[in-house]
Amino acid sequence: MVGDRGWKKVGLVALFLLPALIPLLVFRIFPMLASLWVSMTKWNLLRPPEYLGIENYVEVLTDAKFHKALLNTLYYMVGYLPLVLVGAIAIAVLLNSKLKGATFFRGIYFLPVVTSWVVVALLWKWLLSPQGGMVNYVLGLVGIDGPGWWTDPNWAMPSIIIASVWKDLGFNMLILLAGLQSIPDHLYEAATIDGATRWEKLRYVTLPLLTPSILFAMILAMIGAFQVFDQVWVMTEGGPAGATTVVMEQVVKNAFKYGLMGEASAMSWVLFAIILLFTVFQLRFQKRWVHYGD
Amino acid sequence: MHITKPAARWRMAGVGILATTALLLAGCSAGPAESDGPVTIEFFNFTAGADHEAQLQRIVDAFEDENPNITVKVQNAPYEDYFTSLKTRIAGNTAPDTFELNYENFVSFASSGALLDLETAAPDAIDKSVYFPKAYDAFNFDGVQLGLPESFSVVVLIYNKDLFDAAGLDYPTADWTWADEKAAAEKLTNAGAGVFGEYQPVQFFEFYKSLAQSGGEFFNDDMTKATFNSEAGIAAAHHLVDKVGNTMPNEAQMGGIGDDVLFQQGKIAMWHNGIWQFNNLLDIPSKWDVVVEPGNTQHASHFFANAGVASASTKHPVESAKWLQYLASSDLTVDIRLNEDWELPAVADKALLEPYLSITPPENRQAVFDSLDSVVVPPVIERQQELQDIVTLYLQKAVLGELSVEDALNQAVQEVNALL
Repeated sequence: MVGDRGWKKVGLVALFLLPALIPLLVFRIFPMLASLWVSMTKWNLLRPPEYLGIENYVEVLTDAKFHKALLNTLYYMVGYLPLVLVGAIAIAVLLNSKLKGATFFRGIYFLPVVTSWVVVALLWKWLLSPQGGMVNYVLGLVGIDGPGWWTDPNWAMPSIIIASVWKDLGFNMLILLAGLQSIPDHLYEAATIDGATRWEKLRYVTLPLLTPSILFAMILAMIGAFQVFDQVWVMTEGGPAGATTVVMEQVVKNAFKYGLMGEASAMSWVLFAIILLFTVFQLRFQKRWVHYGD
Repeated sequence: MHITKPAARWRMAGVGILATTALLLAGCSAGPAESDGPVTIEFFNFTAGADHEAQLQRIVDAFEDENPNITVKVQNAPYEDYFTSLKTRIAGNTAPDTFELNYENFVSFASSGALLDLETAAPDAIDKSVYFPKAYDAFNFDGVQLGLPESFSVVVLIYNKDLFDAAGLDYPTADWTWADEKAAAEKLTNAGAGVFGEYQPVQFFEFYKSLAQSGGEFFNDDMTKATFNSEAGIAAAHHLVDKVGNTMPNEAQMGGIGDDVLFQQGKIAMWHNGIWQFNNLLDIPSKWDVVVEPGNTQHASHFFANAGVASASTKHPVESAKWLQYLASSDLTVDIRLNEDWELPAVADKALLEPYLSITPPENRQAVFDSLDSVVVPPVIERQQELQDIVTLYLQKAVLGELSVEDALNQAVQEVNALL
């Protein structure tokens, strides 16, 4: 039972929560719910919305363009996730050792994270330029004729993956580094006394105890991968000839270029459902591989 | 052509946010001032940009001097953000009193009932006789005049005289056909040195024009079916697609450098582009001139036009119409546009345009007006942006060799038909 004083406390807490709650309601929750309604209408912003029911969802789910965008998004994810996670684990383990200059390198690896995506995407567009780009120049020095990168339908997605991994490594490294530092030293000491080699310590102490951080990084990276957009928009705009079209790019085009607010909203909710499904799946199966040290 | 690259900052899955926020804000904003007494009208535009804000302000100042009770509040947005912002305001019932539309976007706004019937709302404020008829009629929708032609531009063939001289070739003339252009382009191309004979973007706008140059029609007469996969369409698509990687650089050969920069560097001999480029070419080292674009079976030139329109919901229809008329055709506007190269005023009186012709380069500025003899407006439907993207996409598939030109056009026609 909450007495008078208890209610007063609830009121006080609510008062302090309000400044955070109002923007959350106005700018997140309400628009989300509103987009659910928009997704069941035909609305080009110029005419009043027209109720359609689930027609937009049927349209989206049977639309070949959406299928292609979804497949491309999965392609991106399959390329991006392992690279960014394995890369981040490797760097985190390296920078967790008490090397001289580790702090400096942590800063360096984190720099791309705080750089605007537009800048990073343009940078990589230049680096990967088939004409005078640095990457192909270096490949040329060792006798390799570099590909057309983002101008070639087969290489455009790998180009975007490379840029994304480069930018996001630092963020994932940071999460994993925090995880590494919470592993107690006495476990390593015990392992040393038992005669474990460095590799065995990594394999049987570090990695198992890092799994909660890996899970966290993986879920965030997966959600980010489903919503991949900025780099695509700046580097290829979905091209060449639709080779890098992704779901969020379709959402933005439908909403803000084609004036198809209903279809764009329906697409967003389909994407939301897919992300939710994948996340629940991951949380379900975490018991198989995630160890919470006790 | 306008470069459309909307700002890259939409990560949210809930796309209703912008629109719904606008709806919320709409409830809070105050209504406009009353009509008796001083009136303030808003003018939202994308053509002033960063380059011509001062010029627009001079027009506004002069208008306000002549109409002391009207204040014009100018709001600028870059082209890539303009339409999102505009539509959001219309959806939120806070539409600006007056704003701009380009011809391609005009139909979707017109058919949605967002625009004011100017001739009915303010018959005394409008004088249609001052406008170039083709431009005026372009903004007539179902017999109702919904916009005044504010400016227009055309596309011409811009060529580098030095490259022609070096190759010992005669300059292009107005009698040239595609075959002449191709023959010259082949002789001018030296891919090893990074020099190409020509550049013509492979996209919707160049295609509809090439189609017209071959005598083809984009749609059937009652606009119920796309017909651009005809023989003329196939010829037009081949004309564009076959250049790429031969007499014209492909994406990889350009490596992210724009065609404008390549022309300025003397790497492109013949460049299909608009008269809005002239100002960017004043200081380039090469000599250049322009000529009416070569045709196939006939001549056809692009016609891009912008209109001043008023919102159907404006509380000041007469003042809005007065402002639009002044903006589109006052002597001051004509003078500023011609002398400061801010597109061309769509006025009927050719004598007014004389000063423009005396500006060099290019020597042959007359070609701009000669182009007007055979202008074709782009085919426009309500779902215009999708139409443009579909055509461009399939042309690119043909460029990449994913589809034959014929298959690409057939598939594009199918998708376009679904939009009608």
